[in-house]
Amino acid sequence: MDQSVRDLSTGVWPAGLTRVPYWVYRDPEVARDEQARVFEGPAWHYLCLEIDVPDIGDYRATTMGTMPVVVSRAEDGEIAAFENRCAHRGALICLDDAGKGKDFHCVYHAWRYDLRGNLKSVAFRHGVNGKGGMPDDFKMEAHGPRKLRVTVESGLVFGTLSDDAPAFEDYVGPEIMTRLRRVLHKKLEVIGRFTQPLPCNWKLYMENVRDTYHASLLHMFFTTFRITRLSQGGGVMVSENGIAHASTTLAAAKGPDDSYAGMRADNQGFQLTDPSFMTSVAEFNDDIQLQILSIFPGFVLQQIHNALAVRQIVPRGVDKMDLNWTYFGFADDTPELRAMRLKQCNLAGPAGFVSMEDGAVGGFVQRGIAAAEQENSVIEMGGAGSGTSETRATEASVRAFWKAWRAHMGL
Amino acid sequence: MNGANVLFEIAAMNAACAAAIDADRLEAWPGFFHEACLYKITTADNFAKGYQAGIIYADTRAMLDDRVAALRQANIYERQRYRHILGMPLITAGPDGAMSVETSFLVIRTMREGQMDVFVAGVYLDKVRRDAAGAWRYAERIVVCDSQRFDTLLAIPL
Repeated sequence: MDQSVRDLSTGVWPAGLTRVPYWVYRDPEVARDEQARVFEGPAWHYLCLEIDVPDIGDYRATTMGTMPVVVSRAEDGEIAAFENRCAHRGALICLDDAGKGKDFHCVYHAWRYDLRGNLKSVAFRHGVNGKGGMPDDFKMEAHGPRKLRVTVESGLVFGTLSDDAPAFEDYVGPEIMTRLRRVLHKKLEVIGRFTQPLPCNWKLYMENVRDTYHASLLHMFFTTFRITRLSQGGGVMVSENGIAHASTTLAAAKGPDDSYAGMRADNQGFQLTDPSFMTSVAEFNDDIQLQILSIFPGFVLQQIHNALAVRQIVPRGVDKMDLNWTYFGFADDTPELRAMRLKQCNLAGPAGFVSMEDGAVGGFVQRGIAAAEQENSVIEMGGAGSGTSETRATEASVRAFWKAWRAHMGL
Repeated sequence: MNGANVLFEIAAMNAACAAAIDADRLEAWPGFFHEACLYKITTADNFAKGYQAGIIYADTRAMLDDRVAALRQANIYERQRYRHILGMPLITAGPDGAMSVETSFLVIRTMREGQMDVFVAGVYLDKVRRDAAGAWRYAERIVVCDSQRFDTLLAIPL
């Protein structure tokens, strides 16, 4: 492998937030730095749902960037999380996606950990028949996987390795916290889990999530079948630090719409033969039909009509990532509402009418920029600002992503 | 009823349905289903846990027609094709002449530039019934994929 194309500490970044150099999606040095500064840095990372670990001893395996993590419900009822790596030789401590137990045993040499990841015993510590064993000065409390700080908010479990991460509410900001609590307001129930491996750098997906400009242009389902348009009310809300965003679309406006005249999305005349799945109820007692919310670096909450999901972004090298989808409803869903959700799940996910393109478009960029080391992307829709906007015809929240990313990366 | 005939007829329907998808005759695909039907793509893990949601979920043939119309008119995806390889149907007679059918499948996906991958392996869990004209049709097709991973996107149905 040749040398990295640049030294990050002195790397030249174009002025302002409207240009992003393409090497950020391709450089292994950047990816390594991201693991240290973002994923193990002072940011909060979505780990799992609180209902994934309802009872003492329940655990779930997850990741924080590339770092494998175990989340468990400890004896005192609190949720704990620690690196899924045995302090002895580095093997995974927990080999299943989820389960229940009293403690964790590494299969390799049977080192045993409690539900908080504290090392409790070492096999053959005192040797066999008086021979072998660990040195007398071996201290179990000096060994163990790295432990995370954990916070539980609205049924979501977030973690961080850093003591410097601000309180979760301050990290997200009051406006987006309100948007988060708007959706996650009662007990959840998982109704499906899927993973979508994407052929792109993880940042391309998060930019796409925050990009309110592309939605009705790339995803033509709503416009083709005349269900929704960009000229409907709504907007995008961005936290001051760029960490969180929420974009909203309000229920349909009346009257003609010519904002797409002559464009590819201006495809009049198609109608669904079974429009029943687009019947939705305003379950949050407002007129917000669609809300996409993100928290830097890798969390997305989706409300598309009554199709609800959380998405976890997991980097898998510079040009690959996994998108973990958890579809959910509420524990008290009526059969009618649940049936509605199941039908509307067609909208999102790997086969979603309004999301399947997002699975591919990051890969189109990743392939398109293969030789663009010296080039930048242009992120100027809506100006140069990165704040809240009353229109979705803006890239303000993409610029806000870069504001947050650069703050963490020290660039 | 002659069991060998039933096996032959249902295997032939499976083959015809897969051929319609693989040959991009998607408009013919909903015709293999009853008007009131259930078509769902899920995973072995979700299925075992009783999770209800699918990545595609249709409870009418009209929803399958709409899926095809969306693929033709609205959705953007890179040119690709499937090759379905089907196993022998395992058939259990149910009440009222309905049959429960389990058929293993493998789908190789070939992308525009020639990249070939095992896209999905799994099993179709079908309920089939004859229609008014006596032809077998799917009343239910639960596509249970062995893996929970769906690479890039799933546009063309399984």
